[in-house]
Amino acid sequence: MSVINQNKSEKGFLSSIADHPSTDEFIKGVWRENPVFVQVLGMCPSLAVSNSAKNALAMGLATAFVLLMSNILISLLRDFIPKQVRIASYILIIATFVTVIDYAMQAISIELHKSLGAFIALIVVNCIILSRAEAFASKNTVGKSILDALGMGIGFTFALLCIGGVREILGSGSFLGFEFMPDSFEKWVIMVLPAGGFFTLAFLLLIFNSFKIKNNRA
Amino acid sequence: MRKITLHIATSPHVVKGASTETIMKNVIYALLPAAAFGVYAFGISALLVLLTTTISAVAIEHFLCKISKKESTVSDYSAAITGLLLGMCLPPDFPLWMAFMGSAISIGLGKFIFGGLGYNVFNPALVGRAFLQATFPVPITTWYQAFGPDRFYHISSSVLALPFMQPAVDGVSGATPLSAFKFDHVDTQTYDLAMGFINGSIGETGTVFLILGGIYLAWRKMLNWRIPVSIFITVFVFSGAAYLINNTAYPSPVFTLFSGGLMLGAIYMATDMVASPITSMGVWVYGAIIGILVVMIRLWGGLPEGVMYAILLANAISPHIDNLIRPRVYGTTNKLKLS
Repeated sequence: MSVINQNKSEKGFLSSIADHPSTDEFIKGVWRENPVFVQVLGMCPSLAVSNSAKNALAMGLATAFVLLMSNILISLLRDFIPKQVRIASYILIIATFVTVIDYAMQAISIELHKSLGAFIALIVVNCIILSRAEAFASKNTVGKSILDALGMGIGFTFALLCIGGVREILGSGSFLGFEFMPDSFEKWVIMVLPAGGFFTLAFLLLIFNSFKIKNNRA
Repeated sequence: MRKITLHIATSPHVVKGASTETIMKNVIYALLPAAAFGVYAFGISALLVLLTTTISAVAIEHFLCKISKKESTVSDYSAAITGLLLGMCLPPDFPLWMAFMGSAISIGLGKFIFGGLGYNVFNPALVGRAFLQATFPVPITTWYQAFGPDRFYHISSSVLALPFMQPAVDGVSGATPLSAFKFDHVDTQTYDLAMGFINGSIGETGTVFLILGGIYLAWRKMLNWRIPVSIFITVFVFSGAAYLINNTAYPSPVFTLFSGGLMLGAIYMATDMVASPITSMGVWVYGAIIGILVVMIRLWGGLPEGVMYAILLANAISPHIDNLIRPRVYGTTNKLKLS
């Protein structure tokens, strides 16, 4: 951060946006503190429903929606929720929005809802949402909480899409259901199996960490 | 004036020159006859598969050492063994690009990620084989007939499949003795099994050569003989008991012992020095676990062959065996405590 602030005066309009603290709240979730690749939270959905890019995208957006709404509400109510029962209150708020997205998804596409199965309901206990509520929304203003939720939500969706994309391309020869590989493409069966989720996640973590190590050295 | 150099060293003063390198070299010598028999039985395609896995394993080890800025460990021959063993447990007409991928997974995921030779939790060759089995279940269970008439001058087109493309089906596919028994209930003559007149992976049919190589290594004390012996005894006893109970549904213990990759696995893969227990008692238990798992998977599992999974599972258990079975400290009645 200190490096960025030093160079502030020398750069133009775009970089002044980039250096603005509220942009930083947003960017940190997408990249620097990416919930999956850096915080390694929410492993259950990122391994279980990332067998295709479509499932991953739907799961990511659903979680992002719940994260945004619960962050707003918790941030608004942060002075009213007693400290002793805060976790229970957060879970109640999160569960409300999970129910909303559960019904909404059934209305939009019953097929998608079926393929995601129990994992929609399990958004309630997603660590990312609870950790953002506890660590951020309960201590910050609504505006900041919205930016934080958007950043984290997009970061989570991006990570899921990475895992799901790799698994779908290699495992089914398609991306978002669009088959672009030639017919004779040999499908990597392991990639649609649970083991493929672990392999892909580990491989992407390896890449992210090697980037991080390189940046820290430079 | 002559310079006199005085070497000061603590005992033992007589040292045997058994380095990693010599042991690994001898393992390769012991494996070569069986590999040569595989090439004789399956022809030039098998030779290509073996060369691909061995050369690519060595190349990938060198490459990974380079990019992680370590000293290259190619010269200890361990990568070559991993590659050769992987090739020997693949079908003779396996596409070369898949074989290359298997080598990359073996060295990268099975060995290098854990920190190189001496740190691998599992036998690297079997890690690669397990990955290939899960990734390409059809090509890895497609067996072509052994001793085809044109095997020395006709390269199977499935071997030369383009990268990421499905291998073309050509030639006569045949069943291995294990799958023939499991799915069609056809028994194979014990003589054919022992002499290798059967279909199967490149290195697993030359049973006689595998055993001779194993005896050579055991004689040079480069292989813990307790592991294969323990596996053979357990397999024989357990499958013999099943055979006595129901001799139509279950194969004879001799068949179980000589079929599939049991010889190759028990002698050369289960004895991986890093992934097997340290104590003699622990090694007996380790072998017994492998034997029981092999028979259980073969008799009641969905797959005809279970040596690979049995060894991998036992590798995973072996640190716990070491933890539970500890030697007595010499001269005391205390068990060794691990710090």
